[in-house]
Amino acid sequence: MRFTHFLFLLYFLIFLNCKNEKQPLVKIEGQQITVTDSLTPKEEIENFIKPFRDNIQKDLDSVLAYSAENYSKTDGELNTALGNFMADAVFSEANPIFKRRTGKDIDLVLLNHGGIRATLNKGDVSKRTAFQLMPFENKIVVIALKKPQIDDLIDYLLKSKRAHPISKLKLSVDKDFNIVEAKIKGEQIKQSKTYHVATSDYLYNGGDNMSFFKPNDSVYRLDYKIRNALIDKFIKLDTLKPVIDDRFIQIK
Amino acid sequence: MKRRDFIQQASAGTALVTLGSLGLQSFTSIANTTKITILHTNDVHSHIDTFKEGRNANKGGVARRASLIDSIRKENPNTLLLDAGDIFQGTPYFNYYGGELEFKLMSKLKYDAATIGNHDFDNGIDGLFAQLPHAKFQFISANYDFSNTIMDTHTKPYQIFKKNGIKIGVFGLGIELNGLVAPKMFKETKYLNPVEISQDMSRILKIEKKCDLVICLSHLGYHYKNSDKISDLSLAKATKDIDLIIGGHTHTFLPKPTIVKNSENKNVLVNQVGCYGINLGKIDFYFDSDKNKSANGTSIIV
Repeated sequence: MRFTHFLFLLYFLIFLNCKNEKQPLVKIEGQQITVTDSLTPKEEIENFIKPFRDNIQKDLDSVLAYSAENYSKTDGELNTALGNFMADAVFSEANPIFKRRTGKDIDLVLLNHGGIRATLNKGDVSKRTAFQLMPFENKIVVIALKKPQIDDLIDYLLKSKRAHPISKLKLSVDKDFNIVEAKIKGEQIKQSKTYHVATSDYLYNGGDNMSFFKPNDSVYRLDYKIRNALIDKFIKLDTLKPVIDDRFIQIK
Repeated sequence: MKRRDFIQQASAGTALVTLGSLGLQSFTSIANTTKITILHTNDVHSHIDTFKEGRNANKGGVARRASLIDSIRKENPNTLLLDAGDIFQGTPYFNYYGGELEFKLMSKLKYDAATIGNHDFDNGIDGLFAQLPHAKFQFISANYDFSNTIMDTHTKPYQIFKKNGIKIGVFGLGIELNGLVAPKMFKETKYLNPVEISQDMSRILKIEKKCDLVICLSHLGYHYKNSDKISDLSLAKATKDIDLIIGGHTHTFLPKPTIVKNSENKNVLVNQVGCYGINLGKIDFYFDSDKNKSANGTSIIV
């Protein structure tokens, strides 16, 4: 194509396009700006947020109970006072809801050690404490399991050798982590019985490598957050003084 | 200028990439530049206050983001502000107010549009619906079929914005909800294939509606290793006529926007800015009727 032909073609194209006068895209520049303290907060926005923030702070900080000591998830080997408190709270607060809906009782509770996100400090306990202990939105689910899966659950606890919070399950192991005793609600685990295990939806979905919840006989979603179970427990108690007990111990 | 020179000029510099083929179709006699600025956030997750502690200490905060956006808008009024979903969940603000404050603040910051993330169903589809009166911006989702739900008619598949004569088409995409959100939360929301929907959307926006820019606002996630799961990167490769994909869901912090070749071997920008309002993404598109500039195709500087 000769250059003059090229020009004719250009004029023709201009003629076709002159109505909408399109501007072609010639350059794109991308960048990311970090929101840092070098930026001054916009006052109007800050003032708008303040009443919402103040209201939350007030509610979060209103005292619900008193903690007798400092409790940490690292105080204790195979069970901890704080973990025991949380698992027991899930049992006592969730069981009435489960019973009302199904006529059945929760047989045991299993949470995970990693799910305890803070220490419970001596002194006033508030809703903020519950948000610190359990910042996630995980809800309580109850899963119907038979003995083979309960065995897998126990096997998981023996292998992990960690103080995963449990309630209504009692485990004693020897120095090599072989089972000496395993009981649910004080009774031997039966082949024929269906056990209702309360846990979080996170663990039910395989969190922390807990693979024994599926398949199962049935799943009951209580729509009740673990954090709210803790808050409801705080409201009922005057003083929190959980203890390390014999629910999971090693006989050396 | 000879064609050989065009190519040499276009390939100069390592950060420059040529988009090509947009050149010759539309010269006008008067040189005229329009800059369109696209600002974006994703996965803010109810983070309204600046981080006080931890690795993100002193970062984020809606009031500071507001100042930043104001100054950018002052410099260029032809600005769009978009959010790629997961507005809800992450701080007590959401637990206490159910998303009311998040939507009110986004309205005050004059967001133009947002797509819907999986966590925006955390109070159920009814919980999302209940907060809609507080949102003065458009929700866009092309691949969630809400027709059998309470959200019916409250979202649009796409929205076209006109800034200084430039038509910008933005369509929304959401992630598969099954397995991620409990069915009773999303109820009868139907998830449609993002690739097929994107092909429809880009055809409608680029060809039928003659948009100058087509933006996909996605909550699919940036990339999934060892998985066929659809992501922004795989979507970019499988489609055409999309200029920019703004992503979310995977909380991906990118050193710079990614350039991907689409099904026609043309460049698509894919960007995501982490999470929690720590960063604001800013993409500037320069339109120019100066034939010397446009003849070189489109340079991308990231």
